[in-house]
Amino acid sequence: MLTEQELSDKVKALIDGHDLTRREEFLDARFDAGLAWVHFPEGLGGLGLPRTMQAIVEQALTAARAPDNKPDQLVIGLGMAAPTILGHGTEEQKQRWLRKLWTGREVWCQLFSEPGAGSDLAAIATRAVQDGDDWLVSGQKLWTSSAHHADWGLLLARTDPDVPKHAGLTYFAADMHAPGVEVRPLRQLTGEAEFNEEFLTQVRIPDAQRIGAVGAGWTVAMTTLMSERVSIGSSRAIPRDAGMIGPALRTWREKRELRTPGLHDKLLRLWADQEVARLAAERLRQQLAAGKPGPEGSAAKLVFARLNQDISGFEVELSGADGLRYDDWTMRRSEGANFFGRGPGFRYLRARGNSIEGGTSEVLRNIIAERVLGLPPEQRPDKDVPWKDVPR
Amino acid sequence: MNLLYDDAEQALAESLKALLNDRCSWDKVLARTESEQTCDTDLWHSIAADLGLAGLLIPEYAGGAGASSREAATAAEALGAAVAPVPFLGSAVVATVCLLACRGPERAGDQEADHLLRRMAAGELTAALAVPFVTAPGGAFPVSIRVAGPQQGDQAAGWSRLRGTITGVADALAAQTLLVPADGVPPALYAVDMSTARVTRTPVTSLDMTRQLCDITLDDAPGVKVASGQEAARALTAALSAGAVILAAEQLGIAEHCLDLTVRYVKERHQFARPVGSFQAVKHRLADLWVEVAQARAASRYAADCLATDSPDAAVAVALAKACCSEVAVHAAQECVQLHGGIGFTWEHQAHLYLKRAKADSLGFGTADAHRAALAKLVNIPAP
Repeated sequence: MLTEQELSDKVKALIDGHDLTRREEFLDARFDAGLAWVHFPEGLGGLGLPRTMQAIVEQALTAARAPDNKPDQLVIGLGMAAPTILGHGTEEQKQRWLRKLWTGREVWCQLFSEPGAGSDLAAIATRAVQDGDDWLVSGQKLWTSSAHHADWGLLLARTDPDVPKHAGLTYFAADMHAPGVEVRPLRQLTGEAEFNEEFLTQVRIPDAQRIGAVGAGWTVAMTTLMSERVSIGSSRAIPRDAGMIGPALRTWREKRELRTPGLHDKLLRLWADQEVARLAAERLRQQLAAGKPGPEGSAAKLVFARLNQDISGFEVELSGADGLRYDDWTMRRSEGANFFGRGPGFRYLRARGNSIEGGTSEVLRNIIAERVLGLPPEQRPDKDVPWKDVPR
Repeated sequence: MNLLYDDAEQALAESLKALLNDRCSWDKVLARTESEQTCDTDLWHSIAADLGLAGLLIPEYAGGAGASSREAATAAEALGAAVAPVPFLGSAVVATVCLLACRGPERAGDQEADHLLRRMAAGELTAALAVPFVTAPGGAFPVSIRVAGPQQGDQAAGWSRLRGTITGVADALAAQTLLVPADGVPPALYAVDMSTARVTRTPVTSLDMTRQLCDITLDDAPGVKVASGQEAARALTAALSAGAVILAAEQLGIAEHCLDLTVRYVKERHQFARPVGSFQAVKHRLADLWVEVAQARAASRYAADCLATDSPDAAVAVALAKACCSEVAVHAAQECVQLHGGIGFTWEHQAHLYLKRAKADSLGFGTADAHRAALAKLVNIPAP
């Protein structure tokens, strides 16, 4: 295994040996050098090193002002598709997808949720029927970020309706440009369309694009969802006074006339709560870095959702008469989630989604209660019944 | 900043928990609250001298362990989880930090303070700071005790005469030496031997009988000056800040114990032919409590680490930890009573010991509100 010094030397050689203004070439070279994600295996953009050593690479490249792969635009690909393909894909699939995924040449999205399957993901109804060496897929998916830019979708579909719901699922990579894939904007209560819905009509997917065994879709999907949780838990540290509290603090400090004792007390509570949440996130990162990941990760999203909602609600109240205004209701396509952008009204409305998206707060509480505290599970009458016989 | 527990801290917690399991079961704690002697002096001697916790914060050359607030916080978590009726907080933390600050690095070797610290480290002497338990760090210097006129022979003995009453002092019933802040020109801190007849202690029937308070009256009691002026003010603030941080760790221990106890109970207790812990109304409350405890742990660890490393952010960390842990501990104890149902409302269940300790602690060394008011100044969120 490489030492830290050897890794630094490798990064230096990459920087010295390439033209940093030629972005795509540089990204390819970085991938080939194993410096894309050092914890991935050699030959797939990594060096088989601990995840924590990636920081050495990032620091050196940032200092050299090297071009990056714009990770903010590749959230689903990097955070969810890559670990899923690495964990369950064939050698051929890894070679086919990982490089283009990491360099940003191909964008990924996630086709999981359906109108009839939100929290109960295993109840999805999108059907995949085998047709020779292909599968024919029909159904409807929604709440898909980036689907209108995406080249590939992580698709969970039902291949066997005669077995209980978890057992009849299979995982595919769907070509978003294939005939029969229709992407429509899904407009949210904010007025904008950050998400999409997809109508899949007899979409032909080659069996070579199946990830994992037929019927193993639930296991593969769990890898995707767990990776999402890890990427939330280990996300970068934000400084004090940043995040949702930032704009509220600016307004408080600048507009003396808006201050009241009641609002002062509320703001102090919110400031303290956000600061404690920030320290808890830092503690979680330290646990991960020490190789002792704790279950606290599942707490992070619950706290984040509640705080975003409370702080943005406070900010509207603090704004006085301006709190009654909204910047723009025009339907527009937004590029990715921006929880902290636009005005207080938008922040307030957008934050309502934080306790629904990526696992509702109620489901997260069930998960904590059952998996962390060991409390008895919910009654699940559909668990051992063939999916086709479950009343719906 | 290190927000985790290191190996030494974990080892300390393990040995303390083993001792408490053996010697400080909740039924013994309950029985003691109705006895004459509410402080368990035998247990305190074992913890102070045998485990060496009295000298945790005292430097090695004065006979202590030379540890930091990180270790003290770890110990306080275990003591809080057992509602142990011992004066660790008052003597090994507050009085100790006060004396350490009195002697200051530039006054190492100061006779009176060093002498007291050595005896405290050895577990021979228990001391208390004579301020009301509700005193928050950063307030004005107390004026309830003043310096009275000297008596014959005082000058030779190095004594000042102190007069006045301090109410609601914690951990003073078991103390032999009192550190008294007194008004004067300039204000100063004095060490008072409590065995003199001029010191009267009146036990208070306290909300938390596992840490019984007392009122103290000094009737021209002789005291030896240990610090004065700015030095005394700084020592008082250091003592109260350390008190707030270690109390926050105690609150974390209380909260964690209440959560564990309740989770265990709702798995066993059956109603409607199923464990009550299988109802979402119960599960979700406990999940929320678990989240709160995880948050409180981060706040508590950060404050202990800031004091240990002399961080410039220490004042913020102190206020944040006490504000956060006060509310979490009270919430946890209240949930413990509620989710135990009828049995949790009885005298013969341990829940009330924790509820009373948690509620009293939430006032100790400043309420959550007082600490948030301190934050307002520290982080520039000005009042209207």
